[in-house]
Amino acid sequence: MSVDVATEIVRERSLPVRAIRDALAVTGRNLIAYRRVPQLVVFSTIQPVIFVVMFRYVFGGAIALPVSFFPYVDFLMPGVFVQTVVFGALATAIGLASDMKSGLMERFRSLPMARSAVLAGRTLADLTRNLFVVLLMLAVGFLVGFRLHTDVLGLIGGILLLLAFGYAMSWIFASVGLLVGDPETAQAAAFPLLAPLVFASSLFVPVQSMPGWLQPWANHQPVSVTAKAIRFLTLGDSPFGHSSDVWESLVWIVGILLVFAPLAVRRYRRAI
Amino acid sequence: MTYFNYLCQGTAVTDAAIEVEGLTKRFGEVVALDGIDFWVPARSVFGLLGPNGAGKTTAVRILATVLEPDGGRAAVLGHDVVAEPDAIRRRIGLAGQFAAVDPNLTGRENLRLIGLLSQMETSAIPPRAAELLERFDLSDAADRPVRTYSGGMRRRLDVAAALVPRPPVLFLDEPTTGLDLHSRNGLWDMINELVQDGTTVLLTTQYLEEADRLAERVAVIDHGQVIANDAPSVLKAQLGSTVAELGFEDASTAEQARELLAGRHPGVEREGTMVRLGSNEGPRLLVDVLRRLDGAQLAPATLAVHEPSLDDVFLALTGRHAEEISEGAEQGAEGPAVPGRRRRRGAA
Repeated sequence: MSVDVATEIVRERSLPVRAIRDALAVTGRNLIAYRRVPQLVVFSTIQPVIFVVMFRYVFGGAIALPVSFFPYVDFLMPGVFVQTVVFGALATAIGLASDMKSGLMERFRSLPMARSAVLAGRTLADLTRNLFVVLLMLAVGFLVGFRLHTDVLGLIGGILLLLAFGYAMSWIFASVGLLVGDPETAQAAAFPLLAPLVFASSLFVPVQSMPGWLQPWANHQPVSVTAKAIRFLTLGDSPFGHSSDVWESLVWIVGILLVFAPLAVRRYRRAI
Repeated sequence: MTYFNYLCQGTAVTDAAIEVEGLTKRFGEVVALDGIDFWVPARSVFGLLGPNGAGKTTAVRILATVLEPDGGRAAVLGHDVVAEPDAIRRRIGLAGQFAAVDPNLTGRENLRLIGLLSQMETSAIPPRAAELLERFDLSDAADRPVRTYSGGMRRRLDVAAALVPRPPVLFLDEPTTGLDLHSRNGLWDMINELVQDGTTVLLTTQYLEEADRLAERVAVIDHGQVIANDAPSVLKAQLGSTVAELGFEDASTAEQARELLAGRHPGVEREGTMVRLGSNEGPRLLVDVLRRLDGAQLAPATLAVHEPSLDDVFLALTGRHAEEISEGAEQGAEGPAVPGRRRRRGAA
């Protein structure tokens, strides 16, 4: 048809090229928001800092480790790192829900972009933010007395595991955000999901101090397992973290991605 | 063979940009589109006119490949919406009812993002963005985050975003809702320019005035069906260019007035205490009506004169008012509520 002038400025690109280019474009767009609305990052760092100060100086004295391999602050910091990335994943839900509510998602769907780019760009931006926040929390940790008992390799391994876990959590919350489609509801819906993961866990207190019926959950749920794995990687083998926890954490990460990535993609296909 | 198949084979004599045949879409219990047909010639403006919840937005969403239809067929520039959505996405621009721009990006960054995701040549994006910002009067605000923009500025940016990749087909879903008079006129001029440059525009509107001003042809949609498909001037001519509404103390007085006026004005209708009639000669109509009523001691309590609105078109076509739409239909088919129907009135 004569009107269908192949518009000379729009190029046909193959899908893999589009998938990468578009994901990077959306990632860049989301990172600009973090830079321009610093409260998004500040909120996700201030809260863990408050936890560090509270548990290190207020409750810490009252929490006795059943076997004292290392000071409480060393036990605490890996827990705070995990807590930081778990709460940070909320931003994935809120970001996607905001895009749905604002109509931006609808516009994206009318563009010749890779379908995967909206979710990939969102989760990659949140991964980048996590890297920044984790390094910041590490600095805070060293300030309040956290010391590495293994070596730099262990620390790097711990950070990588932490980021991988945060990335997996992002996909859980991507599904939640797309399901509710509204940022306020996403926030409200996330809390009941987060509470049992964050508080019935080994993040702040040793599981050994909890009632017997709670211990199996607190020992093997993904947040606890990851905290224990990071304790193993940064503090060495102890009753609070073994090498097996690293494997268990990796299984959780892969499992979560296998379940929630397809779920989020399906929700995205249906969402307007 | 239907004319649609005929067109889709590429052997068309007519230059159709958009073809829609028997299109249906349901959202659960709500039927949003109940088999609509229309076609839009290339390089023209086509209007979808209807109240909230009529199905206009659903039709646009299907044509823009945002939603999939349940049945029927639709094609844009010969590409089927279900079979070749990517071919369509490379050729269309969509500006929806809500300013779909990122509030945290600047105006320029928003246009750049759309350019990138439209698969434009990277080097072609900055000059195109600058050109559009200039054209939409946003140059001064180009490097400010959009959250500092006024509502009108956001809407203009939204339309500009739809134009970044120079799409040959443009969908505008209620483009002037929420715009002030100046911005609205600017947008109308812009639409006319685009059509002169060869763009095909499908726009939805709730305002007969807007359809009349822009569109060569209008499909009136009601409950997911096309109830009229004509030039706006033809629709208006059926109504008369002026509509007068007289309100009376009670229904029986109103009925007396209707009977009195019916002899001279055949189109007169009564609804409750209201008597309504249309004419192409507004002032003379009023003089005559008031003289007759005064002679019969039937002075009206209220009197309003206005140009025919969507509501009048509806009343003429269906015998119902335009806003008799269930809540559910509105939510399902059109998303969040939009500002109510506008009606211009001039007291006489």
